[in-house]
Amino acid sequence: MERRAIHRLLSAAAAAAITTSVLADGTLVPLDVHECALHTLNRLAFGPRPGEVDRVVGMGVTNWIEQQLHPNRIGDAAVEAKLAAFPTLHMSSAELVAQFEVPLLEARKQVKAERAADNGGGDAAPGADAARIGELIPPEKRPRRILEEMTQARLVRAVSSERQLNEVMVDFWMNHFNVDARKGLDRIFIASFERDVVRPRIWGRFEDLLLATAKSPAMLVYLDNARSAADAEHRPPAFGRNRAAAAGKGPTGLNENYARELLELHTLGVDGGYTQTDVTELARVLTGWSVALPRTADAPRAMNRAGRPGRFAAPEPDPGTFFFRERLHDVGTKTVLGHKFGGNGGVEEGEAAIRMLAHHPATARHLAYELCRRLVADDPPPGLVERVAARFLATNGDLTETVRAVVLSPEFFDPRTYRAKVKSPFEYAVSAVRAAGGSTDGQGLGREVADMGEPLYLCQPPTGYADTSDAWVNSGALLARLNFALALTSGRIPGTEVDGRALPLAGNARAIEAGAEKLVGANVSADTVRTITQRLGASPDADDLAASTELLAGLLLGSPEFQRR
Amino acid sequence: MSGCDRRFFLKSTGLALVAGGFLPRVFVRMASASEIGASRRVLVAIFQRGAVDGLNVLVPYGESAYYAARPTIAVPRPGSSGRAALDLDGFFGLHPSLEELVPYFRDRSAAFVHAVGSPDATRSHFDAQDFMESGTPGVRTTRDGFLARALEGTNVRTPSALRAVAISPQMPRILAGSSGAVAMRNLQGFGLRGVGDRDGTAKTFEAMYDDAVAGTLRATARESFDALRAVQGANPSGLPPENGAVYPRSPLGNALRQIAQLIKSGVGLEVAFTDVGGWDTHAGEGGGEGQLANRLRDFGAAIAAFARDLGSRMSDVTLVTLSEFGRTVRENGNRGTDHGHANVMLLLGGGVRGGKVYGRWPGLAAASLYEGRDLAVTTDFRDVFAEILARRMGVADFSKVFPGFACDPARRLGAIA
Repeated sequence: MERRAIHRLLSAAAAAAITTSVLADGTLVPLDVHECALHTLNRLAFGPRPGEVDRVVGMGVTNWIEQQLHPNRIGDAAVEAKLAAFPTLHMSSAELVAQFEVPLLEARKQVKAERAADNGGGDAAPGADAARIGELIPPEKRPRRILEEMTQARLVRAVSSERQLNEVMVDFWMNHFNVDARKGLDRIFIASFERDVVRPRIWGRFEDLLLATAKSPAMLVYLDNARSAADAEHRPPAFGRNRAAAAGKGPTGLNENYARELLELHTLGVDGGYTQTDVTELARVLTGWSVALPRTADAPRAMNRAGRPGRFAAPEPDPGTFFFRERLHDVGTKTVLGHKFGGNGGVEEGEAAIRMLAHHPATARHLAYELCRRLVADDPPPGLVERVAARFLATNGDLTETVRAVVLSPEFFDPRTYRAKVKSPFEYAVSAVRAAGGSTDGQGLGREVADMGEPLYLCQPPTGYADTSDAWVNSGALLARLNFALALTSGRIPGTEVDGRALPLAGNARAIEAGAEKLVGANVSADTVRTITQRLGASPDADDLAASTELLAGLLLGSPEFQRR
Repeated sequence: MSGCDRRFFLKSTGLALVAGGFLPRVFVRMASASEIGASRRVLVAIFQRGAVDGLNVLVPYGESAYYAARPTIAVPRPGSSGRAALDLDGFFGLHPSLEELVPYFRDRSAAFVHAVGSPDATRSHFDAQDFMESGTPGVRTTRDGFLARALEGTNVRTPSALRAVAISPQMPRILAGSSGAVAMRNLQGFGLRGVGDRDGTAKTFEAMYDDAVAGTLRATARESFDALRAVQGANPSGLPPENGAVYPRSPLGNALRQIAQLIKSGVGLEVAFTDVGGWDTHAGEGGGEGQLANRLRDFGAAIAAFARDLGSRMSDVTLVTLSEFGRTVRENGNRGTDHGHANVMLLLGGGVRGGKVYGRWPGLAAASLYEGRDLAVTTDFRDVFAEILARRMGVADFSKVFPGFACDPARRLGAIA
C-alpha cells in the first residue's frame, strides 16, 4: 500500500475512534488510533512507557515510525552516558584479548608448571587447578565479564533507548546471524560482532551486512570456517602440496559448517533450491577465510613461514581480526548455484559468491518471511511476504526500505495481527520494566531473561531462538515469568527499579480496571479484572496499600494479556 | 494418548487446523494420582558433558595396545598393586573409583555398552552434544530434543504434569519441544516466590490464565499449575533417602536424590534428565588415581546411592548415561587425552539384562582405529535408546524420534528385556 493511503487509513481511524477486534461473525473492525499507537509500540518498540501511547498519537503514528526508521537522527545521550559504565563495550578485540585472554592462558601455564613441580604433573584434587587459576585471576578479569557487560548493555538499551526500533532490529539480526558466545574465543569476539559488524549495518544494504558477518571472527569461529582448508590436491602450489597435511599441523580438510548455514539460515533458506554439491563447492570457495589468534606474551608473533620473505610471509594481523590464510585456500574450479569460481580467485571469489547470494530472489523471500514473522504474525500473510521480497529486490537489498515495506503495510495494522504475538522472554522482561516506568542496570534483569529460557548471546544452535511462541512457552519458563512479574513490582530484582507512580493503585474494581488499562496498555479482559479484584479483596494484606499495589501490578504484568504484544 | 491415536483424533474431529497442529491441553485429560499409580516406568538419563574418557571408565585391560598407548595414565590390570581395574568379564575391568557399581553388574542389574557413540565425525563438544541431544547427528537445524519427541509416542495414556523433568537451570536441548517437560533447578524452588499469600497468588494467576483465549499460553499455564500442584501435593522434597542410601553432597548427588524423590512420590514421572560436567581431561587425567578418578568416585557414588535409595522400585526405573564422544586412545603430551570418537554407556535397573558388556569391540590395533587415532563406533547411541524406548516405554514409531535413521530392531543389542 502507498504511504499516502496508510496516512488516510490512520487518520480515518483517528477520526472515528471505534472499538477493536474481530467480531463473532468474523467481521474485522479496524484499529482505532490509540490501538494503532499501542500496536506500533508493542511491535516496533519494546512496549510503551507510561504516557507514550498518547505521545505517539499526538505526533502521529506514521511520523513516529518514520523517525524510528532513521535512528541516527534520534538523540540518545542519556543511554550513551549509561553505557560508559561498561568498559569492555568500548574495547577492541585485540584489547580484550590482551586484558582477558592472555592472562588466562598464562595463568593456566603457570598452574601447570606449579603442579609439575609439586607432584610430577599427575594428580590434582578436582577443582584445584580451577581454584588456583581463580586466585591468580579474579572474576572481574575473566572473559565472562564481557558477556555480562554485553547482556547488561543490551537490556539498558532495550529499556531506555529512544531508538527503540533500532534495538528491536538489533535483536532480530543478532538472532538471524546467531553466534553462541560459549564457543571458543567467541567469548571475546562476540563484543566486536555486535558493535562493529551488526549494529552499523542493519539499516544499510543486506549485502554489506552479510559480507561483514562472513568476515567476522565471531562467525568464522562459531561455524568453523576458520578451521576449514582445501584438500591437499587443491592447495596453492607455492606452499608445497601435501606439506601441511603431512606435517599433521593445522586444518587438513574442508569444513562445510559455515557454507551450509550461510545458505540455509543466512541467505536462501532451507527450501532455497541449493544442493549438497552447492554446499561443498561454496565451502571450497570460502577456504582460507580465517582469524588471527591470540598468543601468550612469550610466544613469537609468528610469520606464516618463518624466515621467508615475500607475500606469504606477512605477519599475522592483530588477534581477533579477519585473516585470509592463502595456503589453505582451494585453487581449483568451483561452481555454486551455476556460478563458476576459480582458478585462484583468492579472497575475492568468496566475496563475489556472498554478493551473489545476498541478491538472490530466494534470499529476498527468506528474509521477507523472517521479518514479517517477527513484526507481523507467527504465520505471516503470503501476499505481504511477496511484496516485501519484491521491495528488497527493487531496492538492491536496502534494509530500511525493506523494513518500511513491512511496517507501513495494511497487514501490519490488520486487527488480526493486534496482540497476535506472544512476547519472547527478552521482550517480556523489557516491556514490563518499561510499562512500570522503570530503569535498569541490566544485571539482575539479565539473569531473569536467562531464567525464562533465552539467555542473551548463549543460543547454542545456529538457527537462533525460534520466533514463534510455541518454542519459548513452557512450564518452567511460564512460572519464571510470573515470578519475574512479582519480583519486579516488589523491587526484588537487583539493579532494576520501577516508578511507583506508574503502578495502578489498588482499590475498587473500577480503580483496578483503570489502572490495568494504564499499565497493560489496553483490553484487559473483564475476567482478569474480576479475578484480580477478588484476590485483592480476599488478601490478608488488603489493608496494606503498598503491598496491595505491588501485588496488583505483579498480577497485571503477569497476566495473559501482558504476555502478548 | 499415543502418537497414532492422537493423529486419528485430530483427523476425525477436524482439529488438525488448530494453531499449527498444536494440541490444546484441554483435550488431553490429566492423570490423577490414583490413575498414575506406582507402576509407571521411568527413564533416567545422565549426560556426562565434556566427553568422559570411556577407555579409562571401562578398561580393555585384556588388550596390550591400551597399555602401550597410555604409558602414564592407564588403569592397571586387575590384581596389580595399587588402584587397579576391577575385573568384570576377563577382558574389561571397571575403574576402581566405580567400585560401588560392581555389585549391580554382578547381580545382573547393570550392563555397559562399549564402542558406542554418534556416527558424526565432529570433535567439537558444542556440536556433538547438540547432535546427540537433538538425536539427529549432522543436522544442526533440529529444534527439539529426541527425548521430547519420544514422549509423544510412549504408551502412557494419561500423561502427568510431571511426566518429564530436567533437574537443570534451563530446559536442556534433549527435552526441548512440546512434550510438556519441566525444567527446575530444584524441587523446593519450583513454585511462586512472591511475598505474602503465595497460594492465593498462584490461584489468581491460574484463574486468569484459565479465562484467557485458548492457545499456547493457556495450555502451558495448565501444565505449569498442574505441575506446581503435583509437586506441592506430593511434597517429594520431604522424602528422605531409604535403605541407608547416602548421596554425595555434589550437584549430581543432589539431582539424583531429587529424581528419586519424584519417582517415590508417584507423580507420574516418565523421563528424568540431569547432567554432570568435569570430564574434559586434556591434562593430568590420571589413571587409577587422580583427576578422572575423583570425578568418577562422585559419579559412581551418586548412581549407587540412587539405586540403593529406590531399592525394589528400580525394577521400574532404567538409568542410562551418555557423553558426547570419547577420547583419544593415545595419551597426549600433557598426560591427558584429547577429543576422540566412541565411548561407553552404563545401563542400570529395570529391564536391563545385566552382567554383560554389550557391543562389538573393534579393538585398539592401529588399523581398527577411527581416523587412525580413536576408538571406532560400532553401536549407534540411537540404537541403544531405541531399544530402551521400545522395550520399556512402549515407543513403536521411531521415524519422528530419530528422523532419517532407520531403527532396525535386528541391530538391537538385546540388552533390555
